[in-house]
Amino acid sequence: MATKIVVDPVTRIEGHLRIEAQIEGGRIVNAWSSSTAFRGIETILKGRDPRDAHHFTQRFCGVCTTVHSMASIRCVEDALKIRIPDNARLIRNLIMAIQNVQDHVIHFYHLHALDWVDIVSALQADPAATAKLAQSISDWPNSGVTHFRTVQERIRAFAGTGRLGPFQNAYWGHSAYRLPPEANLMAVAHYLEALEWQKDIIKIHAILGSKNPHPQTFLVGGMAIPVDPDSQNAINADKIAHIGKLLKQARTFVEQVYIPDLLAVASFYKEWAGIGGGVGNFLACGDFPMDNEGGGDNLYFPGGVILGKDLANVMPMEEDRITEYVTNSWYTYAKGDDQGLHPFDGETSQKYTGPKPPYQWLDTEGKYSWVKSPRYQDQPMEVGPLARMLVAYGRGHQEVRDTVSFVLGKLGVGPEALFSTLGRTAARGIETLLLARKSELWLNQLADNMGRGILEVHNGEKWEPATWPVEARGFGFHEAPRGALGHWVRIEKGLIVNFQAVVPSTWNAGPRDAMGQMGPYEAALIGTPIADPEKPLEILRTVHSFDPCLACAVHVLDGRGTEIIRVRAL
Amino acid sequence: MNQQTDEKDDCSVPEEVLQRWEGRGISRRDFLAFCSTMAATLALPVSFVPKIAAALEADNRPAVIWLEFQSCSGDSEAFLRANAPTAAEIILDTISLEYAEVVMAAAGHQAEAAKAAAVEKYKGNYIAIVEGSIPLGEGGVYCTVGGESAVDTLKKVVGNARATIAVGSCAAFGNLPAAAPNPTGAVGVRDVLPGATLVNLPGCPLNAENLTATLVHILTFGKLPAVDRLGRPLFAYGKRIHDNCERRAHFDAGQYAEKFGDPGHRQGWCLYKLGCKGPETFHNCPTVRYNEGTSWPVMAGHGCIGCSEPEFWDSMTPFYWRLPQVPGFGIELTADQIGVGFAAGTALAFGVHGVFSAFRKGDAMESDKVKKEE
Repeated sequence: MATKIVVDPVTRIEGHLRIEAQIEGGRIVNAWSSSTAFRGIETILKGRDPRDAHHFTQRFCGVCTTVHSMASIRCVEDALKIRIPDNARLIRNLIMAIQNVQDHVIHFYHLHALDWVDIVSALQADPAATAKLAQSISDWPNSGVTHFRTVQERIRAFAGTGRLGPFQNAYWGHSAYRLPPEANLMAVAHYLEALEWQKDIIKIHAILGSKNPHPQTFLVGGMAIPVDPDSQNAINADKIAHIGKLLKQARTFVEQVYIPDLLAVASFYKEWAGIGGGVGNFLACGDFPMDNEGGGDNLYFPGGVILGKDLANVMPMEEDRITEYVTNSWYTYAKGDDQGLHPFDGETSQKYTGPKPPYQWLDTEGKYSWVKSPRYQDQPMEVGPLARMLVAYGRGHQEVRDTVSFVLGKLGVGPEALFSTLGRTAARGIETLLLARKSELWLNQLADNMGRGILEVHNGEKWEPATWPVEARGFGFHEAPRGALGHWVRIEKGLIVNFQAVVPSTWNAGPRDAMGQMGPYEAALIGTPIADPEKPLEILRTVHSFDPCLACAVHVLDGRGTEIIRVRAL
Repeated sequence: MNQQTDEKDDCSVPEEVLQRWEGRGISRRDFLAFCSTMAATLALPVSFVPKIAAALEADNRPAVIWLEFQSCSGDSEAFLRANAPTAAEIILDTISLEYAEVVMAAAGHQAEAAKAAAVEKYKGNYIAIVEGSIPLGEGGVYCTVGGESAVDTLKKVVGNARATIAVGSCAAFGNLPAAAPNPTGAVGVRDVLPGATLVNLPGCPLNAENLTATLVHILTFGKLPAVDRLGRPLFAYGKRIHDNCERRAHFDAGQYAEKFGDPGHRQGWCLYKLGCKGPETFHNCPTVRYNEGTSWPVMAGHGCIGCSEPEFWDSMTPFYWRLPQVPGFGIELTADQIGVGFAAGTALAFGVHGVFSAFRKGDAMESDKVKKEE
């Protein structure tokens, strides 16, 4: 007899996600992933100045802030054939890299860790044993007995008030929690340290981008942050040094806290290397250009496509093979909902057919989500850190291979362990380490350019709409923290006539398509053990391993040529 | 307060209070620095430091319910960047965050149960924080949490709150989802609940410093800060960006960056010609800045986009077009005339929304202060 359960809201994510699942014999046998919020930002973009698009699209998401700015600027630059200056490439790389690093660490400690770490158990830990454990796995200086005792006392005092705030009513004491009290206390201490760390290192965004969340110095054609060693109002030697210090702080924490913690926690949960595999197809668009030649081939993280877990056969990613289905999404296509449409030819109008709120269950036989179902050659694809690391691994990327081998060796598992909930979480740590190390190169190159008097940050040749063709179209890709992100734009007479985004969490969180194929979240949940259907902690583990970001995932694509009447106040 | 008391005594915080904070891992230096920063942000004399400290020390941490609707979670993220090094932890120790989807450990029906329990237990006493706009289109189907529409949840939670803080421009004014053609019928909190005791902290996202300052204000004085006709605290939105801008001298001197990356741009000249909306925008960005005072858009070379003003996605765009109908610039007198012109234009741009708000409060348009409750 199957039991149906629902998790709504899935918390510790961005946006509004709902999971319905059927459980039989202690395991999930069917699952439905639904997003329950919709804003319609692409519709709002129509008729606007394409140079403004990045401000709008950045607000798709405030957690993976910057990423939609990057993709939309690149698609407009592609449409208008604009080459950006080398300094802009380096500044963008730095902004993107630190976004990935910070976002991944926040994900691990503040969004994902509580699926594995039992805070209440930390109260039982011996601070001396915790210090011994911490010192055995890392050189991190903040690992003394006093530190862990202080943290424990603080948690005890907090718990003593009887008002646990954000930590109340969770699954504490659940049988699926495996860490000994000492490991729990160590993780709680680092949860608090990571909270301090993340707001410090993200000052790199403030220096280069004015603020975080939602930096504001992106421009079509480059960046608005000036560089000039002889000015106090530009990136100068002082600011380069400040960024350098923050990058070192970022790298040190990743090397000495995040990675050792990841390995320590994972070693207690090795069975999760056999759970949560998902669709087995992976897509990466590639990112972090290593030169400014404009070909886009020399990327630090390469792009590619893997089908059926076949790492020996990584194929190039061709954007024209991407389509989106709305068969089970609350939209409708003019020629029927059973076909997929390429983003350039996309057409959509929202059409809610779900239950009237308040409701208990969605109609999972029909349409059941605001997320669409992107497909590559009609296959569902997983995107994200795991896809990036697998594509790079399959293509023989030496730094990726070395780091993956190091992590797998430490855990004593083989490469097949990567296709899992645990593998997804480990891959995120691996790429964080690689990016935290690589960023220093880009900062040095920026300083080197400045030293040689190369100060250009913006290519303004095609800034004025008068210089644009009457009609243009382009696409832009970016490897956001949660995976491959693509934006497509059509420009006519200086204005946007169609703007579309296929977003990492759209790939991962999408519902079934016309062929009945599940999306990656849904497929990954099949077979997941559920010890207590009333407390489905295990669902959170697998869903969180994708790092869901639902506000990003939901968008509407309007039909070409639809006239939008706008009232301008000024 | 005794006016004769010498200032040193007046400002001192009891030793036992400092010791208790040290026990929580907050050094006395950090704690006093936080209280002083808060006093400065709220434009209070230094003699208020002990009062702030006492408010933070009090055992009755107010319950807070943080709702998220049509948002990007940017305001939640901004909150995580809260300013002074120990501010985030002070706030964690100072309020009792009963519900906040982005950080809470509980999920699903257990999370919803926590919310319902908090509304019941602290009825009339908790603070509601709202992030994201509320879609009214099609009976609320464009945003549901736990199967309940955003508008129903809002009415339940805000309706029973002691006070509500709308964080970010979406919750305050509808913002991006409400931009033309507003596909989902998105609105701000005040449009759904005109009678709510509400403070708006717009910004896209809001500056975390203004949220901590508002919370501390409520804890210290037991009431909401004075607000302008748009419900924005005067301590944070009382002046235009242009009034406090670090590049104002260049505006007055007629020194403008003409292109991104040109010598004037590199030397920090005025960004007016590159589209800066600072002259029309009320916000304390130039003085408070972001990320522990590190920077803000104009400092980093990009104009203000007016993100704390209602309908800025429609009234301030295209962002790179310079502000219209500027009669000229270069001397202080002209700048003031420009200011008058902008104020009129702004009122017009806000249109129906602003007029309705003002009438609802039974207040004259020119009045800056709106009483908390009528």
